[in-house]
Amino acid sequence: MALLEVDDLRTYFGTRRGDVHAVDGVSFSVEKGRTLGVVGESGCGKSVTALSIMGLLPMPPARRVSGTIRFDGRELSKLSERELEDVRGRQIAMIFQDPMTSLNPTLTIGTQLTETMLRHLDLSKDAARRRAIELLEEVHIPNARQRLDDYPHRYSGGMRQRVMIAIALSCNPRLLIADEPTTALDVTVQAGILDLLEELREQHDMAMIIITHDMGVVAEAADDIAVMYAGQIVEQASAEELFYHPEHPYTEALLGALPQLEAEGVREGRLTAIPGRPPDLVDPPEACRFAPRCPYAGLGDYCTVEPPELRELRPGHWVRSAHPVSERDEALLEVGGG
Amino acid sequence: MADEPLLQVRDLQKWFPVRKGFLVERTVDHVKAVDGVSFEIGEGGTLGLVGESGSGKSTTGYCILQLLKPTGGSVRFMGKELTELSRSELREMRREMQIVFQDPYSSLNPRMTVGNIVGEPLVVHGIGTRRDRTARVRDLLETVGFNPDFTNRYPHEFSGGQRQRIGIARALALNPRLIVCDEPVSALDVSIQAQILNLLKDLQQDLGLSYLFVAHDLAVVRTMSDDIAVMNQGKLVETGPAAEVYANPREDYTKALLAAVPVPDPRRMRERKRERRKLGHAIAEGF
Repeated sequence: MALLEVDDLRTYFGTRRGDVHAVDGVSFSVEKGRTLGVVGESGCGKSVTALSIMGLLPMPPARRVSGTIRFDGRELSKLSERELEDVRGRQIAMIFQDPMTSLNPTLTIGTQLTETMLRHLDLSKDAARRRAIELLEEVHIPNARQRLDDYPHRYSGGMRQRVMIAIALSCNPRLLIADEPTTALDVTVQAGILDLLEELREQHDMAMIIITHDMGVVAEAADDIAVMYAGQIVEQASAEELFYHPEHPYTEALLGALPQLEAEGVREGRLTAIPGRPPDLVDPPEACRFAPRCPYAGLGDYCTVEPPELRELRPGHWVRSAHPVSERDEALLEVGGG
Repeated sequence: MADEPLLQVRDLQKWFPVRKGFLVERTVDHVKAVDGVSFEIGEGGTLGLVGESGSGKSTTGYCILQLLKPTGGSVRFMGKELTELSRSELREMRREMQIVFQDPYSSLNPRMTVGNIVGEPLVVHGIGTRRDRTARVRDLLETVGFNPDFTNRYPHEFSGGQRQRIGIARALALNPRLIVCDEPVSALDVSIQAQILNLLKDLQQDLGLSYLFVAHDLAVVRTMSDDIAVMNQGKLVETGPAAEVYANPREDYTKALLAAVPVPDPRRMRERKRERRKLGHAIAEGF
């Protein structure tokens, strides 16, 4: 049994224009000891998925339309707020994108670090403080003992994110959700944070979900990858499968649109842009959501009429498209013949 | 004189005073945002200026356009020394050098229509009749792939990518020779980013533009630039042809910067992680 199992999750937001289908039928699981990367562009629903798991969305405007979220066999939506609080922070912890605003500027780092432990663990204040120093050392903050009494403004962006990680780890969670943990940071600082997350995931034997828009970050950090588009997972596979044998036209296009750091002759060439932009999630396309931008859709195709199911093309490789790469010649022949 | 490059920056400095004291303020120190930066950009060429936040790369761009007054150094553009021009002379020169900003959400006036935003530089410089200008605005919008029938709409009706096209059309209005692109795609998603980068490449080819391309994303800069200048803490760390700097960086800072970039290739990424750690140890021991 997987540590986290999300099945058919639908989270909508009520607006005056109608419901925004932010997350619309998302299913995935995370195994113990593995890292799942959830990747997609802004508005694809990746963060709302994470916040739904954590039960951190304000309702209304948010609304859980369907779906189950099972953590370690327990259905989270059936828990009372009190029971949920015991899971949240202790069993599942989360770090956010912006380390500049996620710490309280009026409390010392030490206070903020011990707060979670005092809530969840049976520790005295002194013991919590000793543990806090250990945690700061664990996330490689020099002079941990002295720095414990500093306020957040004395810490740089990268160090604040390290503190956030320390807080997240303080109760030894079994699952860490990192939502764009390095997006606000410079690239050299990002490298340090990603190294740290990997190191800690191993040491603490946690599972991890990394949510990001950056294909490079998932290539570096994730074992398995789910690509999201317009509120749905369109492709899911192991990192190697996804990067070396992408199937979904969107994944394929996204990889083609990335500027290459290490390739020759990129100055002369053009990037493969994806025409158009993602659909309005108040009124998403009825069938395949990528169809309006898909070079293979159209031609009186059924994928513009009937939504394609997420299907397992190869063991562990799931695709939601009528035109995956490996079936494409065949599809073209059919169109040509018909 | 014929050999002089389009833009020649020599020993550019921008120091911001740090002032202290009550009632009587004294300058106690300087923040050396840009400190001795020199480079050139040739006709139709692109210089990529890279660095991390706070390295002074955007300030350098502003100083070249004289949007910020440099503390010292020389900026020669089309054979003229920009730092010595009078206001009216500078205004004339501004036709030839324009800027595209990072954030298409805050850089367009929300109360102006798309047509007025793009046509404003023509009005300011008194170019053409009203009818000429309307035609020119339509042309410009078409050039950047923006539907010219939307000239009466407002910026908030458009997505980030579309807004950036509006910003580019405005920058092109006066037929400039040089455009400073200050992080032009960093607010955009990958699929939209590729559209805008391709557009900038096409415009350069068709119009013979020169770019100073300021960005923090090293992969983006590589795909846009002939030459690279790496900045750190106000100073130029390394310059050279892009292909060379990326393949064989000489300075430790450049090496560390390049090694830190995640690439969308898991196997290569594992190698790069090892290289990064090795480099980290080597640099740590070197200091």
